[in-house]
Amino acid sequence: MKKEMELYIHIPFCVRKCAYCDFLSFTADEQMQRDYVQALQKELDYYGEKYKDRVVSTIFVGGGTPSWLSETAMVAIFDTVYRNFSVSDHAEISIECNPGTVSDRKFAAYKSAGINRLSIGLQSAHDEELKLLGRIHTFDQFLKTYDMARHHGFSNINVDLMSSLPGQTARYFLDSLKKVVRLKPEHISAYSLIIEEGTPFYKIYHEDVQRRENGMQTTLLPSEEEEDLTTKLTRVFLQEEGYHWYEISNFAKPGKECRHNIGYWKRAEYLGVGLGAASLLDNVRYSNTTDIYQYLKNPGQEAPGEPLSRTAQMEEFMFLGLRMVDGFQRTEFSDAFGIEIEGIYGEVLHSLQKDGLLEKKEGRIRLTEKGIDVSNYALAQFLKSEG
Amino acid sequence: MSIDQSKIRNFCIIAHIDHGKSTLADRIIEKTGTLTSREMQAQVLDNMELERERGITIKSQAVRIIYKAKNGEEYIFNLIDTPGHVDFNYEVSRSLAACDGAILVVDAAQGVEAQTLANVYLALDHDLDVMPVINKIDLPSAMPDEVAQEIEDVIGIEAMDAPRISAKTGLNIDDVLEQIVEKIPAPQGDAKAPLKALIFDALYDSYKGVIVFCRIKEGTVKVGDKIKMMATGASSEVTEVGYFGAGQFIPCEELPAGMVGYLCASIKNVRDTRVGDTVTNADRPCKEALPGYKKVNPMVYCGVYPADSAKYPDLRDALEKLQINDASLHFEPETSLALGFGFRCGFLGLLHLEIIQERLEREFDLDLVTTAPSVIYRVHKTNGEMIELTNPSNLPDPSEIDYMEEPVVAAEIMVTKDYVGAIMTLCQERRGTYISMEYLDANRALLKYDLPLNEIIYDFFDALKSRSRGYASFDYELKGYQQSELVKLDILINKEQVDALSFIVFKDSAYERGRRMCERLKEEIPRHLFEIPIQAAVGGKVIARETVKAMRKDVLAKCYGGDITRKKKLLEKQKEGKKRMRQVGNVEIPQEAFMSVLKLDED
Repeated sequence: MKKEMELYIHIPFCVRKCAYCDFLSFTADEQMQRDYVQALQKELDYYGEKYKDRVVSTIFVGGGTPSWLSETAMVAIFDTVYRNFSVSDHAEISIECNPGTVSDRKFAAYKSAGINRLSIGLQSAHDEELKLLGRIHTFDQFLKTYDMARHHGFSNINVDLMSSLPGQTARYFLDSLKKVVRLKPEHISAYSLIIEEGTPFYKIYHEDVQRRENGMQTTLLPSEEEEDLTTKLTRVFLQEEGYHWYEISNFAKPGKECRHNIGYWKRAEYLGVGLGAASLLDNVRYSNTTDIYQYLKNPGQEAPGEPLSRTAQMEEFMFLGLRMVDGFQRTEFSDAFGIEIEGIYGEVLHSLQKDGLLEKKEGRIRLTEKGIDVSNYALAQFLKSEG
Repeated sequence: MSIDQSKIRNFCIIAHIDHGKSTLADRIIEKTGTLTSREMQAQVLDNMELERERGITIKSQAVRIIYKAKNGEEYIFNLIDTPGHVDFNYEVSRSLAACDGAILVVDAAQGVEAQTLANVYLALDHDLDVMPVINKIDLPSAMPDEVAQEIEDVIGIEAMDAPRISAKTGLNIDDVLEQIVEKIPAPQGDAKAPLKALIFDALYDSYKGVIVFCRIKEGTVKVGDKIKMMATGASSEVTEVGYFGAGQFIPCEELPAGMVGYLCASIKNVRDTRVGDTVTNADRPCKEALPGYKKVNPMVYCGVYPADSAKYPDLRDALEKLQINDASLHFEPETSLALGFGFRCGFLGLLHLEIIQERLEREFDLDLVTTAPSVIYRVHKTNGEMIELTNPSNLPDPSEIDYMEEPVVAAEIMVTKDYVGAIMTLCQERRGTYISMEYLDANRALLKYDLPLNEIIYDFFDALKSRSRGYASFDYELKGYQQSELVKLDILINKEQVDALSFIVFKDSAYERGRRMCERLKEEIPRHLFEIPIQAAVGGKVIARETVKAMRKDVLAKCYGGDITRKKKLLEKQKEGKKRMRQVGNVEIPQEAFMSVLKLDED
């Protein structure tokens, strides 16, 4: 049997950069978009040859806003993929789209390209919040996009929402959530807003973040208590509605969990193409350049690889695996590393268990709900500290 | 080789901090050709890395220079550098004892400052001839004539013909050199008499053993001589004598009376050498020892602990090495429940404390935790016994205490008239007793206050600078002890008393200090999985409380293929932060928190 591999394709372009976004994305004219697609094709050609013995199990086109590209561009990209790689018949093939950038023609093209999962960036069902975030669309535009997608027969749709927005109460976020659940999407990602350095939001809100971290009263952002309530209510509500809470920020109807993303957390092998994309192949991590001009000049050039030591592999196994609500089977660890997990992390597991942050049950190891709330603290324990 | 005593000049340079002492020393060395300007590294004499960084002189340094004067004769100059800060008066005193004269550097823009006076008095105490030099005349605000007048009025020494120079640009340095020949007296002393040499500094070298810096007052010393330290009684044979090149030791045949130089005598035990002691011949001793120096006592104590407890022996070793040429540093072992094994160290002042701490960390590569500084309190017990308390944790039970006394200093603050009010307010706030005020000229006043030492050891200097916009200068000396209402303030973290955080405080300030301390610790202590009460207590009674709330939410919302490396680094950074923590009970306390008491007045 051929070895499996996931494929990630990065499209770094957006109509406009949102105020909170620190992803590798920016606006671009048609010329640059064309050049970029050509570069992607070159890179796909290169890696297609190199990994021709692999079978691609999932494809994820992320961004940026991949749906901003023209349908011809997207079809060209997928043609190149199919020409170079053997893609499994049951592959999960996702694309991220934003309301205001799609059309009937694009959806039809996606369908014909074999795309079978859409991830729609909504963020909020309230227009004033969308405006605050710097989004280019309204809730109404989202509804139209969603209907159109269903109309084209997309039966696996994710909707992204964002909580802990400035001034937002738990109740108000729940209202967004309810409006979305009514549409019965197969998957919902509910992220809390992270104020990232270098974004316009950082200048406005970072002092508040500092205050919140120190347990003090916030002025613009929701308080810690409100944030806490929001995540708790979200989990309860979505589970009542039949969604499976399977990762810190992800919920899905049973069987509709995103296979591509689970691959990241289970350390499956993946090839990333496009600007700044990362790959994990044979326990070597590669990262493409983040400089667009350099990328356009030299797209097929192999990115410098960082071989992961055994310790680094174990650390990643832990801090990624425990992001999943159901954690992992202890045998997954011993199969991967040839040693029982207690032999390496016995003490840490024990101390986290003692603090009620982790549990071992029926051969599985996972964080408790309390552990998930402070997961940075819990997961950091698995990382080595020098000296 | 014979040296004509009348051609020797032993002198030092004294100045208020920043008036250009080290720069002048550099110029003199450069002008006399000891080093070419290309070889000059700015401030040759300040050769401790730390000194150059901070632009201050901590340890005395010496250098021998040959100067060809206008009269055609060659002179030997022995220039001895001195520290400028009030904490290092002791060091100044040591260097002065090796000299016959002093160059007084005064800034042409700032004029006479508190430290100028203090240093002149020290020099006069040692019977030195003081020769003024007016520096920085290249500054637009320079007023050399007014400053010369001021020197005559305030200090009372002849200053009209003082060289007006710019050490920075090298202007008129020749005048200084000529005046050294004319005005600084040549040394006296019989080269044939029994040896009598004053030790003014020493340092330890792993090859040569202790290197003794000395001024030969009488007699001559050469290799092979049997010598004896008069105070310690240790005797040994001289293996090398020499003088000081710029930054290096240059061996020579002998050191006759009047010279400044060094000697090595394979002295391995550092305790045998005491700065201030007299060296003499073992078989032909001089009749009586030189007066030596006033022994200085530490005024400020604090606990110094290795961050890694395994480094305790290294810390002891480092302290012993530093003590060789810094006799004012005291230390003795102590233990703390919170911090483990360490030392209670005594310092001349806060700057001295900081310098030692930095030298330990830098030169000996130690990672330290220091506790809040304390002064020496006298505790009079009901049974008539009196103990000198240097560690607040050792305070006896209040029922055993009759009364307590605290040290008081006589402080002199020189300040321009606009800030007199602000500085008086500051002194009142610090429980000062007003003694006097006099105007030195139309613009400047000299304020005298008696101040409890524990009110000035933390941040008085900073407060003084900020409230006078840098225009005040400050000097103090220990005056005595006064009875005072003092209490021990204890800090409880998560209900456990942390001994290393206790401090002694004036009773009426206890509430305020306790409250501030709790607030400060709340900021310093990171959130844990559980809530942590922080309490301040006096005699078991809680007077202030703050709470570090339990950690509620600490989550990375997204982590996908592209950002695994970055997210992992974030988590690693989070964990890294925990390394500089001390576990007390089940609470992790950052090392900086133990110095929190120092920052109570920052706002």
